[in-house]
Amino acid sequence: MTAITDNSIPVTPRAMRDEMIVFAIMAVLLAIVPLTGIYPFFVMQALCFALVACAFNLLIGYGGLLSFGHAMFLGTAGYVSAHALKVWGLSPELGILAGIAAAAALGVVTGFVSIRRQGIYFSMITLALSQLLYFIYLQTPFTHGEDGIQGIPQGHLFGIFDLSKSTTLYYVVLAGFLAGFLLIYRTINSPFGEVLKAIRENEPRAISLGYKTDQYKLLAYILSGTLAGFAGSLKVFVAQNASLTDVHWSMSGEIVLMTLVGGLGTVFGPVVGAFVIIAMQQYLAGFGQWVTVIQGVIFVACVLTFRRGLIGEIAHYFRISL
Amino acid sequence: MQALYAQLLVGLINGSFYALLSLGLAVIFGMLNIINFAHGALYMMGAFCAYFLLNVAGIGYWPALIIAPIAVGIFGMILERTMLQWLSGLDHLYGLLLTFGIALIVQGVFQNYFGSSGLPYAIPDELKGGMNLGFMFLPIYRGWVVVFSLAVCLATWYLIERTRLGAYLRAATENPTLVRAFGINVPRMITLTYGLGVGLAALAGVLSAPINQVRPLMGADLIIVVFAVVVIGGMGSIMGSIITGFALGVIEGLTKYFYPEASNTVVFVLMVLVLLIKPTGLTGRAA
Amino acid sequence: MKLKISALFLGSALALAATTGAFAQDKTIKIGVLTDMSGLYSDLGGAGSTLAAQMAVEDSGLAAKGWKVEVISADHQNKPDVATNIARQWIDVEKVDIFMDVLNSGVALAVNNLVREKNSILIDTGAATSDLTNAQCSPNTIHWVYDTYMLANSTGRALVKAGGDTWFFLTADYAFGAALERDTTAVVVKSGGKVIGSVKHPLNSSDFSSFLLQAQASKAKIIGMANAGGDTTNTIKQASEFGIVAGGQKLAGLLLFITDVHSLGLKVAQGLNFTETFYWDLNDGTRAFSKRFSERAKNKAEPSMVQAGVYSGLIHYFKALDAMGGNPHDGAKVVAKMKEMPTDDPLFGKGSIRVDGRKIHPAYLFEVKKPEESKGPWDYYKLVGTTPGDQAFRPLSESACPLVKK
Repeated sequence: MTAITDNSIPVTPRAMRDEMIVFAIMAVLLAIVPLTGIYPFFVMQALCFALVACAFNLLIGYGGLLSFGHAMFLGTAGYVSAHALKVWGLSPELGILAGIAAAAALGVVTGFVSIRRQGIYFSMITLALSQLLYFIYLQTPFTHGEDGIQGIPQGHLFGIFDLSKSTTLYYVVLAGFLAGFLLIYRTINSPFGEVLKAIRENEPRAISLGYKTDQYKLLAYILSGTLAGFAGSLKVFVAQNASLTDVHWSMSGEIVLMTLVGGLGTVFGPVVGAFVIIAMQQYLAGFGQWVTVIQGVIFVACVLTFRRGLIGEIAHYFRISL
Repeated sequence: MQALYAQLLVGLINGSFYALLSLGLAVIFGMLNIINFAHGALYMMGAFCAYFLLNVAGIGYWPALIIAPIAVGIFGMILERTMLQWLSGLDHLYGLLLTFGIALIVQGVFQNYFGSSGLPYAIPDELKGGMNLGFMFLPIYRGWVVVFSLAVCLATWYLIERTRLGAYLRAATENPTLVRAFGINVPRMITLTYGLGVGLAALAGVLSAPINQVRPLMGADLIIVVFAVVVIGGMGSIMGSIITGFALGVIEGLTKYFYPEASNTVVFVLMVLVLLIKPTGLTGRAA
Repeated sequence: MKLKISALFLGSALALAATTGAFAQDKTIKIGVLTDMSGLYSDLGGAGSTLAAQMAVEDSGLAAKGWKVEVISADHQNKPDVATNIARQWIDVEKVDIFMDVLNSGVALAVNNLVREKNSILIDTGAATSDLTNAQCSPNTIHWVYDTYMLANSTGRALVKAGGDTWFFLTADYAFGAALERDTTAVVVKSGGKVIGSVKHPLNSSDFSSFLLQAQASKAKIIGMANAGGDTTNTIKQASEFGIVAGGQKLAGLLLFITDVHSLGLKVAQGLNFTETFYWDLNDGTRAFSKRFSERAKNKAEPSMVQAGVYSGLIHYFKALDAMGGNPHDGAKVVAKMKEMPTDDPLFGKGSIRVDGRKIHPAYLFEVKKPEESKGPWDYYKLVGTTPGDQAFRPLSESACPLVKK
């Protein structure tokens, strides 16, 4: 049986060099966005989702665990950050920290439950857990139900950077994204990441080699959730609201779709996937009704004919690692 | 106390839907090893099929009870032949992703053409009204749903566990190569099984049409609860999924009475508890 | 990677270039209809709202006076995120002057904040939350058609007056449901009625039987449904199954629209009581408009009150701009002008806009007709009672809106 990702190419110094070059190109391209007249809010939102997708990809692409509930981290961190900023009046950096802490805690609790099963069961459990959380957020007063938390103050990061200026905000979000991206990249290429890949390929063998695979999986799950939470906290500053949309199962589906389109288990795939899907939502908004249908068609097309994803196909064609 | 009996009975009605849907999921999982995310959408199609039969062709509830599951079942078999089939040999997760995509398409298309607020479907004349049971007023239609779905569940169980066809099926699940060697057309059996599972979902849809509005998204949230039911029960056994379905309906009904705030989360909480105590599910074998 | 992104950026740059055309002139108006085109509320607003906006433009006669008016629309998918993104882009790039419809409370509050920050205009005709003119009120926002306070107030008061003095609530278990129940309870008690019980049900329930059994056992004369959308229609449908209305209890919807009655059918919906501020068959003015509307609408549907509000709001907006002689592209200034002028149109009659942004007009309590009373499609309502505009809405003395000077 083929594993869910057939994108893996052995990590060689050459592969890492390729990836670093692409990373540099990506960073430069993203850095010059505000100078080009491209609408920055679109890119900021895409960056937040790109980070969520990368975090999700860490789990599926390198741990073989498909989480269908990643929206719960995005939404939880968003709600906690929003509440911390608006009600407690915390500074932006503390607000983000609060969101990350909440996502990490959620990762510990839900991870403890969900990694008890694998494969499809894991997906169903994460989906059910996120639905449980959705209902809880619907009912607890601090989230304001369907109204969501609105009008969140952006404030000054570290007391210096005025986040209500869109260019400043853009670079802060970009810095956050790049930091998260590098952390994931580092993780994948660490001994920890190697063990994860070993578990993905053949868990019984990893166990027989003496690895406590459950602990590795749990750790990967918590890390993935925490990073998704970080993205959720950043998104609060961009959207200035936190709402139930971010915890809904359809959001989890979108995160899966982004990664699938870009390429499961590729380093840059989730980023490209996020930009494609967000752009699609933006420019197809006029089509209204058909957006979900189009998303469904992309899902089906990707699974049937295009399993490597955009970046996976390119990488495969040029025999390089991306 | 009277109210308690009433809630128990009401819980059984919901349990019927959980049982029919989780049974369909278990049948499909047993044979194809995929989790059918499109199950909720196909359940919805069953209800819409009944609606069309009535409003376009003038065919009433009783024939719809047979025609709709067959029609949707055929649609399911086409899906299996044209798409799902190509995933054999790949990771099971691709089946989940594919059927999720199918669910989005089906629900989106129906939403486009029929809006979201839903269409009415009347209770058939024969089952209108209700009877006074002393402790509650039971609408006859609800009683019918419980009895009929129980009968269908048991018939399915009998078909799979006690007949020759069922034996082939179970054997093909265990060892497809060997069964093929006996000259049995395994791909065709897979297709038929998928059709059967889908037909059960559509049947649940027809049953629910007179109770709920016929809405494009009627299956979208329900399917997640059914997933939790399936995780609790484990998909290893047909009888297990039937019993868990009914049991969780009753538990949910009781929660609605004692602590209604938790009634939409109780199934998920139970799932967490079961996972902590017995990770393979109540009747499941290790996956 | 590089290729993909730069292609994408090129695409968006082109899109930008294409849309930043001529807008510097004084007599141009750009209207953005931001609504739910695909989801739960698409029948209520959706394409019908865009149609209403176009009809308002045609009827305003502004084109003859040298104005250039453009209407654009988009689907906010009921997501506050998507909505703020579109709205921000509309203001920054498309130079939209005014936002119409914006149904869904979460979306409306998000757009409300943005519109104030950017000094644009929001005429909300679809959202229910009374916060838009209360704690969250803004000098840039007018709440046109209805709000939760008004619905609770009108329905509660009129029903108690008609003898429905004992109430049982079925309440959706989240902030919105709780607010509806709280507001209605206050009115019922003030009018001399009594609330004898309530039960909370989860949002998006498919099964209401156990809650209905409790409501039935309470023997209350009125069962108030403090919920919305699919929850309300499912409650109504299942109530008829349990013989609740036949047993003499009355169902009162606290947030229900003609589209819901249409989808339920009269057989199930008959006898329901609820409040709207517009009904197509109310008088000659509404009938004339609705006839023209339904001829152009999808499925020949009659206008909902949300869609009627879009028309009515725009007509008043055009009048204010015409009086100002040009478009200053200054939201707060135009809204101030609109508040100065009395409103008058065939759909909502004569009215005014209060300092807190609340549009004032009468509220009507309707009862849904029996199938045999209905003369044809969309003939659904009987008028049961009218609450005058000055009594229908939250009095300014109770307002938490900072714009209200006390």
